[in-house]
Amino acid sequence: MKIDCKHVWQHISAYIDGDVDAVLRAEIDRHLETCEICSAVLDSTRNVVVLMADDRVFELPAGFSDRLHARLDHDLALNEGS
Amino acid sequence: MGMVSNPASEAECIRRILAGERHLFHELIRPCERPIYFLLSSLLRNDTEAEDAAQETVIKVFRNLHLFRGDSQFRTWVLSIARNEGLGRLRKNETRREDSLDALTDGEAGDFTPAILTSWREVPTETLERQELGSLLRKAIEALPEIYRNVVLLRDIEEMDVRETAAVLGISEGAVKVRLHRARALLQRDLAPKLKAFAPKRGKLFGWAR
Repeated sequence: MKIDCKHVWQHISAYIDGDVDAVLRAEIDRHLETCEICSAVLDSTRNVVVLMADDRVFELPAGFSDRLHARLDHDLALNEGS
Repeated sequence: MGMVSNPASEAECIRRILAGERHLFHELIRPCERPIYFLLSSLLRNDTEAEDAAQETVIKVFRNLHLFRGDSQFRTWVLSIARNEGLGRLRKNETRREDSLDALTDGEAGDFTPAILTSWREVPTETLERQELGSLLRKAIEALPEIYRNVVLLRDIEEMDVRETAAVLGISEGAVKVRLHRARALLQRDLAPKLKAFAPKRGKLFGWAR
């Protein structure tokens, strides 16, 4: 079975997550060997996924943790008697 | 801190808090702070309200700790509480919101065709030292419809597995996979053409289609 580009795109996310079966993976790999468009789509998607996972993209607001724990301390103290 | 890192000692920590060692709660909740805040920020799209909702969530977790049954991960339980807190606030603010929660459903057609490129040079994570790249990524995620934004946040940003993501959002694992796929396709289409400017320049430029 030969698969086309659209078919590859449908499975790109699962492919990146290692969530495709061996047969499909082999088909996709074979397609990628000769299709530079799908290779670029796969590589760019994977690159986006890697960049998003970096903690520097989403940082907690400055002082977030301090304010949270201060509020918590206040609440823990209020509940002390209960 | 090792004490709260594995499930058995997390249970022990919870038991001791309930037995009166309340100060231990600070350490118990610390690993959940980041996902709580970003889940709420993704729902509420307002930093001040997200922080307030995050504090409210943590207080609720503390007050309801005796209700935690241990049949799910502690973090999953905490994030469900955060999500409920966020949804409650959204309902109150309904009129201010332009995109209603169920504006888009899984069945709905959308254009998930990727950006077509003929070659790709990887943008290394070191590039994130540059403020513009982070802000580009954040904007792209904020522009996603809500049902995709939450899934990307939990799966790709907080790196939770499919099962936990499904549990937090109250959807099936299949729906998590479909939504994640669509979200990544939308992000690739939005970002790939812009990210090319961040790729390291070496040798001659390849032809970037589009």
